Amino acid sequence: MMKNNVEVKNISFSYGKTEILKDLSLDIREGEFMVLLGPSGCGKTTLLNCIAGLLDLTDGQIWIEDDNVTWKEPKDRHIGMVFQSYALYPSMTVEKNLSFGLRMMGTAKKIIDDKIEKAANLLQINELLKRKPSQLSGGQRQRVAIGRALVRDAKVFLFDEPLSNLDAKLRAELRYEIKKLHRDLSNTMIYVTHDQIEAMTLADRISVMKDGLIQQLDTPKQIYNKPANLFVAGFIGSPSMNFLNAKFDKTNQNLIVGKQHINITKYENINNLIDGQEVVFGIRPENIKIDKNENIIKCNVELVEPMGADTLVWTSIEGTPISIRLEGSSNYNLNDEINISFDINKSSIFDNKSEERI
Amino acid sequence: MGILRILSKKQIRGKLMSAIPSGPRPKHLTIGRIGMYCFILVCAIFFLMPLYVMVITSLKDMDEIRAANILNLPKELSFYSWPKAWSQACTGFVCEGLKPGFFNSIKITVPSVIVSVGLSAINGYALAFWRFKGAYFFFGLCMFGAFIPYQVMVYPLLKIEDALGIYSTLPGIILVHTIFGMPILTLIFRNFYASLPIDLFKAARIDGGNFVKIFLYVIIPMSTPITIVAVILQVTGIWNDFLLGLVFAGRDNQPMTVQLNNIVQVDYGVAEYNVDMSATILTSLVPLFVYFISGRWFVRGIAAGAIKG
Repeated sequence: MMKNNVEVKNISFSYGKTEILKDLSLDIREGEFMVLLGPSGCGKTTLLNCIAGLLDLTDGQIWIEDDNVTWKEPKDRHIGMVFQSYALYPSMTVEKNLSFGLRMMGTAKKIIDDKIEKAANLLQINELLKRKPSQLSGGQRQRVAIGRALVRDAKVFLFDEPLSNLDAKLRAELRYEIKKLHRDLSNTMIYVTHDQIEAMTLADRISVMKDGLIQQLDTPKQIYNKPANLFVAGFIGSPSMNFLNAKFDKTNQNLIVGKQHINITKYENINNLIDGQEVVFGIRPENIKIDKNENIIKCNVELVEPMGADTLVWTSIEGTPISIRLEGSSNYNLNDEINISFDINKSSIFDNKSEERI
Repeated sequence: MGILRILSKKQIRGKLMSAIPSGPRPKHLTIGRIGMYCFILVCAIFFLMPLYVMVITSLKDMDEIRAANILNLPKELSFYSWPKAWSQACTGFVCEGLKPGFFNSIKITVPSVIVSVGLSAINGYALAFWRFKGAYFFFGLCMFGAFIPYQVMVYPLLKIEDALGIYSTLPGIILVHTIFGMPILTLIFRNFYASLPIDLFKAARIDGGNFVKIFLYVIIPMSTPITIVAVILQVTGIWNDFLLGLVFAGRDNQPMTVQLNNIVQVDYGVAEYNVDMSATILTSLVPLFVYFISGRWFVRGIAAGAIKG
């Protein structure tokens, strides 16, 4: 039932002596929206280029629809690709841009026209067909670029940071449209981005990458709530997760942070902790409550950042800054004394050395 | 625009301080600026003087030239030197003027320009986009080739062409011009293509282009500005060439420059300065014409690296 559409099998890629991808494997299911997320230089674009066949692997295999395409030319892989810089052919009209791939394959004129009309309707670019790319706005250009992938009837769509060159408003608009497009076409899509909002909103599954390795591969929810390691925990979420260095006290089931004690009886994997283990306690800003009775820590408001929908209150525990996300209507002033408590169910505890989640 | 007045720096400062700054900054004619204009004017006169002398001398008759008032305008216009330079002046033993040289130069220049520019565009494209093994070495070789004085290679090339049996023939001289033009042209094309976004090339590969198709349908349509630059460089370079034409073209294909030299360098009889001047102007007309009609494109081509698709 859940057939794999794209399989990346143990691939490595080196550029000169620099190893960019190291023995990486990734299975992408049919119709899945897979987002490759990571900071710049993590190898996510390289991975996409390898899948597209634009780069030769140092080792490993790429399979698309049960077909080993490792040595195949990009044009024979049944893929469509959308680039950050749009990459529209400047000397051709929008129509010619859309039809270029089909014309190269020698498709009949009538079929080309049909496909262009369908794609243009879907992306609402009918009025632009006779224009040159230089006469289009950034958003329109990216629509055309998506259209160019559409008309080719690609089995897999590859997106290389397609929204990064657009302003915030257009980005949100096109993000919505890409999601709708995936809903309507249900093609397999692989989408590279460094923007976690895009990743969270679009993905069926996210693979978080760092230094050429996949750190965690899971649904957006899982990645947000149960990050596999410190890197993922810190990378996903804005404002980011709060971290406190702590030591586990098994007898009282407490984490000791300086003079403060945090009871973690409710933590799901508490049995995996060893007495005296050095850990990092991670808690998201929205999982800290003010004025609760359990796990109370007293501290002072140091900074308030109203963001409209919510308000971010900054304080500190034993010298470590802590942010708390509260309702937009909440009203706190500088130096107010507050009592805070943690929702231990939703916290994460990492081993200090391995940085893995416990 | 305000009225331009000559002011000292102090006065300007005073004026700028007294007025409330609003709109464009007022422009004043300073002494430094006048000096600059004078310098530009002198430079222009310096470079235009030879052209002036050439034109007026070509319009004088020999009696007036002998009077030695080189800068004076001709008292009486005489145009006979022009047709003489074109079709009657003696180059060695033949007295057919420059006309055969003009057509020889065209026969040499046109194919040389087409072949060298075409091949260099393909080379540059391959170097910029298809990172084949040894591409960097080849690129270094081109750099090296572009800066070697070509006199060094004249003799070896002569021997090679002789062995090939094309020495002193039209294909021989075309081959030589193509060889000498290619390193620098390849560099120019490669650098232009390297400035194009690489994504464009990737998109074309996914869209099904191969080496030839991408070049024909994607790259060539974007190459207009740089091709014009290359054509200008080659046309002027090959047209003005003297040494290679003298050595490789052979008697029947002597370019215009070589024939001009033969007209000017007379060993016997009277030196006809007016004919010499006309002949020189006629020979330089083609490059001049190319510069005038293509100046706009030339600047555009040079600046083209700054424009991204």
